[in-house]
Amino acid sequence: MKLAYYPGCALHGSSNDYEQSLRACLGKLEVEPQEIKEWICCGATAAHALNHKLSIALPARNLALAEQQGFEDMLAPCPMCSMQLLKAAKLMDEDAGLRREISSVIEVEASGRLQVLNLIQVFQRIGLDRIKPAVKKPLADLKPACYYGCLLTRPPDVVKFDDPEQPSSMEAIMAMLGAKPVDWNYRTECCGAGMTMAKEATVLELSQRILADAREHGANCLVTACPMCHVNLDMKQGDIEQRYGTRFGLPIYYLTDVVGLALGLSSEELGIDRHFVKQPQ
Amino acid sequence: MALGPYGSRHPRPLVSLSPVRTITIGSRVVFSTACCLALAFATPTETTVPVELPAPENASCNVLTKILAPTHWTDCYQCGKCTAGCPVAAAVDMTPNQVVRALQLGNFEIAMASDTIWACVSCQTCSTRCPQSVDCAGIMDALREVSLERGLASPAQKTVVAFQQAFLNNIRRNGRLDEIELIAEFKLRALPSERNLGFLFKDASLAPQLQMRRKLHLRGEKVKDRPIVRRIFERCGDGKHG
Repeated sequence: MKLAYYPGCALHGSSNDYEQSLRACLGKLEVEPQEIKEWICCGATAAHALNHKLSIALPARNLALAEQQGFEDMLAPCPMCSMQLLKAAKLMDEDAGLRREISSVIEVEASGRLQVLNLIQVFQRIGLDRIKPAVKKPLADLKPACYYGCLLTRPPDVVKFDDPEQPSSMEAIMAMLGAKPVDWNYRTECCGAGMTMAKEATVLELSQRILADAREHGANCLVTACPMCHVNLDMKQGDIEQRYGTRFGLPIYYLTDVVGLALGLSSEELGIDRHFVKQPQ
Repeated sequence: MALGPYGSRHPRPLVSLSPVRTITIGSRVVFSTACCLALAFATPTETTVPVELPAPENASCNVLTKILAPTHWTDCYQCGKCTAGCPVAAAVDMTPNQVVRALQLGNFEIAMASDTIWACVSCQTCSTRCPQSVDCAGIMDALREVSLERGLASPAQKTVVAFQQAFLNNIRRNGRLDEIELIAEFKLRALPSERNLGFLFKDASLAPQLQMRRKLHLRGEKVKDRPIVRRIFERCGDGKHG
């Protein structure tokens, strides 16, 4: 599978454990995502909050670069990046004038041919029936709370993926690995996202609710496909426990960690040993 | 004809551009709140409710009205579903539906100065659940953009504003995010409103923890072609913030 890869800033920054996990896991499935050259930041929340045009132009440049470099499909493992890329593509598809205007701003044209995929869609593209025979260590003891967060499924008219209220694609992957995903309430609630530094109290409160609901429904870990969610639930878990006087000790895995473990990779190969919350022995 | 919400065959409610606006609402829509019962009992023909909206008082309101247009803000009928699902609604001065109502009543400045627009975490729940397809999260974006230009951002929310500005400055310079540079600029920008030195060093204790996990990059990545990034910012009308 020829697949372009848009890492985004997080996966090349403090969420580089996600990139390690992703490369190890997809490598095991013989998928080698190729990083697009000269990619730039998608603008994230700052661009869409402060400058609408910029929030289209920055992702559009990345779409155009990937096309120029000969790709038809591109993995954007960060749901924020993925949503911004898809939104720019959608707005330009709907308005030829906007496409011309943005093309002159970014000095290259995005035709709209490129397909942007999130991580779950890449697994679906590989085919769960093809991954299943490669499972070496079925995860029978794992009771994950599958956490989608905001932007994997929202806004639905932009991302067009799964059900925004009752998603099930991650649970299907977990079941295929032999794990027993729990039924819980906070699968699509927000963890506070990019407010980690700017409004810490919001992040601690929202993330606390997510961890508490996962625990209440019998989960022994939480699985996410978002670097920001991982930061808030893993790195901040100690702060949350301190602030609310409770103890969760809930390991937070990237989706690729869990698939990778089942495929026989070690915690070290996947970078799980670099998380803040330790795996139970 | 495209199907409206609930599969109704009525087209999206129309709003004329005259100073006195006429909002046409398909009467098949079932309202659950008591204040809307009158509409629910109407016959299956279209009901026309004339609503007088004050004319925007100045040029910046015209700018706002223009960038708000794709959000269908005038279609809001105040069911409150946005607020019910909003993760920060309990901790802000105006709930999302109140912000939209303020706009509908022409109180643009009240909406632009609210805490809500900066406390919003852009989770898109409101826009996803709106039965009228109002893009409430898009309304928050539009309000932030104009509020910042006009210097109306709520003083209580200066820290969030500082963060978003520092983020964009960083991208403008490097093309990609340099985390340490971002934190440094954010802290310095927010210091005057936070007014305590503890804030400056609050996250410093994280550095060794991140270092231990090979997550700390003393120097961030930069794209090679930085001039193109600057040209994109300039063409989008984005000078250096602040």
